[in-house]
Amino acid sequence: MQLQLDCEMPKLYTGAEILFKCLEEQKVSHIFGYPGGAVLPIYDELKNHSSVKHILVRHEQGAGHAAEGYARSSGKPGVVLVTSGPGATNVVTALTDAYMDSVPLVCISGQVPTHLIGTDAFQECDTTGITRPCTKHNWLVKNINDLQRVMHEAFIVATTGRPGPVLVDIPKDIQFAKTKYVSLKKEKKIEIKKNNRFNQKDIDQLIELMNKASKPIFYTGGGVVNSGPKASELLRELVALTGFPITTTLQGLGSYPGDDNQFLGMLGMHGTYEANNAMHDCDLLINIGARFDDRITGKIDEFSPKSKKVHIDIDPSSINKIIKVDLAIVGDVKDVIRSTTKTLKKKNLNLEKSNKQKISKWWQQIQKWRTKQSLNFINSDKIIKPQHAVQRLYELTKNQDTFITTEVGQHQMWAAQHYKFNKPNRWMTSGGLGTMGYGLPAAIGVQVANPKKLVVDIAGEASILMTMQEISTAIQYNLPIKIFILNNQYMGMVRQWQELLHEKNYSESYSEALPDFVKLAEAYGCVGIRAEHPNELDEKIEEMISVDKPVIFDCHVDQAENCFPMIPSGKPHNQMLLGPKDQEENKITGKGKALV
Amino acid sequence: MAKSKSAYSSPTKLSKLETHIIVVWVDNEASVLSRVVGLFSGRGYNIESLAVAEVDQKNNLSRITIVTTGTPEVIEQIVLQLKKLVPVHKVGNFKREDKNVIFKEMALFKVIGNSAKIKKALNACKKFNPVILDQTNKSAVIQITALRREIDKMTKNLKSHGLISVSRTGAVAMTRGAEIFN
Repeated sequence: MQLQLDCEMPKLYTGAEILFKCLEEQKVSHIFGYPGGAVLPIYDELKNHSSVKHILVRHEQGAGHAAEGYARSSGKPGVVLVTSGPGATNVVTALTDAYMDSVPLVCISGQVPTHLIGTDAFQECDTTGITRPCTKHNWLVKNINDLQRVMHEAFIVATTGRPGPVLVDIPKDIQFAKTKYVSLKKEKKIEIKKNNRFNQKDIDQLIELMNKASKPIFYTGGGVVNSGPKASELLRELVALTGFPITTTLQGLGSYPGDDNQFLGMLGMHGTYEANNAMHDCDLLINIGARFDDRITGKIDEFSPKSKKVHIDIDPSSINKIIKVDLAIVGDVKDVIRSTTKTLKKKNLNLEKSNKQKISKWWQQIQKWRTKQSLNFINSDKIIKPQHAVQRLYELTKNQDTFITTEVGQHQMWAAQHYKFNKPNRWMTSGGLGTMGYGLPAAIGVQVANPKKLVVDIAGEASILMTMQEISTAIQYNLPIKIFILNNQYMGMVRQWQELLHEKNYSESYSEALPDFVKLAEAYGCVGIRAEHPNELDEKIEEMISVDKPVIFDCHVDQAENCFPMIPSGKPHNQMLLGPKDQEENKITGKGKALV
Repeated sequence: MAKSKSAYSSPTKLSKLETHIIVVWVDNEASVLSRVVGLFSGRGYNIESLAVAEVDQKNNLSRITIVTTGTPEVIEQIVLQLKKLVPVHKVGNFKREDKNVIFKEMALFKVIGNSAKIKKALNACKKFNPVILDQTNKSAVIQITALRREIDKMTKNLKSHGLISVSRTGAVAMTRGAEIFN
C-alpha cells in the first residue's frame, strides 16, 4: 500500500491554488482586494478556500489602508489582492504609507502573462519597478516553481525586523501553470536578516547612564507597538521601576497609559509644553523604537542640546540617521527592555527610591511646565470647539475598548492630544506619509480584525471625501464603523499654516460645495447624525455609539480654531507657540510675535 | 534671519565631503542593480562611478563597486541602507585614501593619426600599462588601467595626439595582502 502511494505521481496544483495554500499555511483569515483581468484565476480559486475571507473594497487604495488598519490593530500582517496596471498603481499610496509607518503588508498583484511583459499590453505596468522604492522588497514571479518560496519569503520579510510592506507580482500564466506543492514545514528554512544583536555590555552601559542621570526622559515610538503587546507591558514596568518621565511620538500612543502621572503626553510639533521642554532640557534621552522624525526634532542643531542620547531600535539604519547618539542598541525593543529591567533589578534593588530622590528636582521642573496646561483651549457654549468634541468622544467611549483611526490634519492632532489611550494597537493614524483618506478604510480593516469592538474614525470633512466610497464596503460587510467628522469646512491644517505663515491668504483651502453628510450617509444606507450645538453633542455621540450600523457623524465645529501648542518651523523644542490664552499674555510682553 | 515660511526645518551645516568606495556583494538576480541604484537616487546619494559583474557563478553572486562622495554621516547611511536590501549579502566601505586598498579603472582610447603620432600617444600612456588592442595605418585603440584622475589627465593630454573617442569603466577595488574583506 505504502509503496503504491509512493509510486503515484505527486499531485500538481495551479499557481492560484498554491497561492491559497500559502495563505492558509500563513494563517491568513482575511484579504482585502478588488478583482480584475490579471487576477481572475485567483478570484476563481477563492471559492475553494473558506478559511480565507475576501473583503471587496471600492478602490485599491482602500484595500491597502484597510489592510494597514487590520495589521496595526491585530499585530498580524495585512494581505491585499489587486489586479495589474491601475489596480497596482492605485495601491501605491497605501504601500508607501505602510512603508513609512512600518506596517506589515503582503500585497499580491496580478500581472499580464509573461510573454506579454514589456509589450505595453492592456493593463500592463512595471509594477515591481513602480513599487520598488515603497516596499521592503518585491518579487516578479516568472517561474511557477518559485511561487511558494516567494510567497513564504514575502511573509517573513514583511513581518521580521522593522515590519513593512512587500509585493508579489504574479503574471496570469503563472496563476494557471501547475507544479508540486511542498508544505511549509518540509520546505528548507528560508534565511532572513536578523538584527537582534545587542549584548549585555550595551545594557550595562545603558544602566550606567541611567544611574548617572538627574534629568532623564524616555522618548518612545511606534517600535514599541510593533514589538507586540508584551513590549508595552515591559515598558510600563521599566518606567515604574525607574521613576523617569516618559513621552511618546504620535505612533507610540497607547504603548504607555495616556492617563498615567509619569506620562508627559505626546511630543513634537503639536506635542505638549512639558514633553517638549523636558526633551530640550534633559541630560539623558532614551529613545525606544522611535526615529527622530523631523516633526519631532524641530531644529536639529538645537535638539536636546545637553543630553546623552541612547537609541534602541531594530533598524540599524535608523541610528545616527538624523541625530548622533552616544549609545546605540540594535535589537527588538521587547528584548532590550526585558534585559534592562532584569539587570536593573539585579543591580540595584532600591532603585525606585534612590532614583526618585535623585530626579525629584527634575519632576518639580516638569510640574512647573505642566501648569501651563498647554492643551487648554477656550471653550464655548455657542459653537462646538473641535478639541471639546474629541474630549467628549473620549469621555463617552473610554469605558469600552475603543479603537481610533484618523485622517490627516488638525483633527488628527486634536485626536492625538485629547484622546487618551491605555493599550497599544488601539490608535491607527498615518504619521509618516500623512495620507488624507487613510482613516475610513483603516477603520474597516480594524473592524474586520475586531468584530465586536467600537471603531471610530476621527475625521476631517476634506480628508473623508478622498476615500468616501469605502463606506459602501462597510455597509456590505455590516461593519459598524463610526465616522466622526470634525467639519470646519476648511482643510484645517493648511488653513492654519496659511494664517500663521502666509498672511491669511487662504488659497484654495476652503471646502466649497461640501455634500450634506447626513443625506450622503442615508444614500449609502448607513446612519447620518449631525451635531451643531455644544448642548446636543453628548446626546448625539451616545446615539452614534448605540447604533449597530456604520454612522457618519457630521460635527460642525469652529472654523477658525487652530491647533496648539505648536513648534513653529525652524525652532527648537523650548520655543513653543502656545494657545490663544497664552498668546494674549505674550502680546503684552511683545514676545509672541517673534515666535510665529 | 528671514522668517521661514516652510513647514520643514532649514538645512543644517554640512560636514566635509569624503570620497568612498562601496563594494556590495549581491545575488545576481533580475532588478538587483536597479534596487541598489534606486536606493542611491531615491535618497539623494551620489554615484561617481559604478562597476558591476558576476564574480561567483556557482553561488550566483555579483560584485558591485560604487564610488561615491558624501559626508561621513551620509556614507554611514549608505552602508546601513544597502545592508537592509534583501539580495545584499555584505557591504564593504573604503576611503579613497585607504593605503590598503587598490583601486583601478580601465579606459580605451581611439587615436587617429600616422604611426609617428600614434607612437607619441602610446608613449604618453607609458606609465599606465598601455596595450594596443587594434591598429591600422591611421588609427589605434589603446587600453590603459589607472586611477580615475590619471585617466582624466590622459584624456586631456591625448587630445593633441589625435584622441577621438574614449570609453572607460567605473573603478574596481581589492584589498592588499592576503586578507579578504568579510
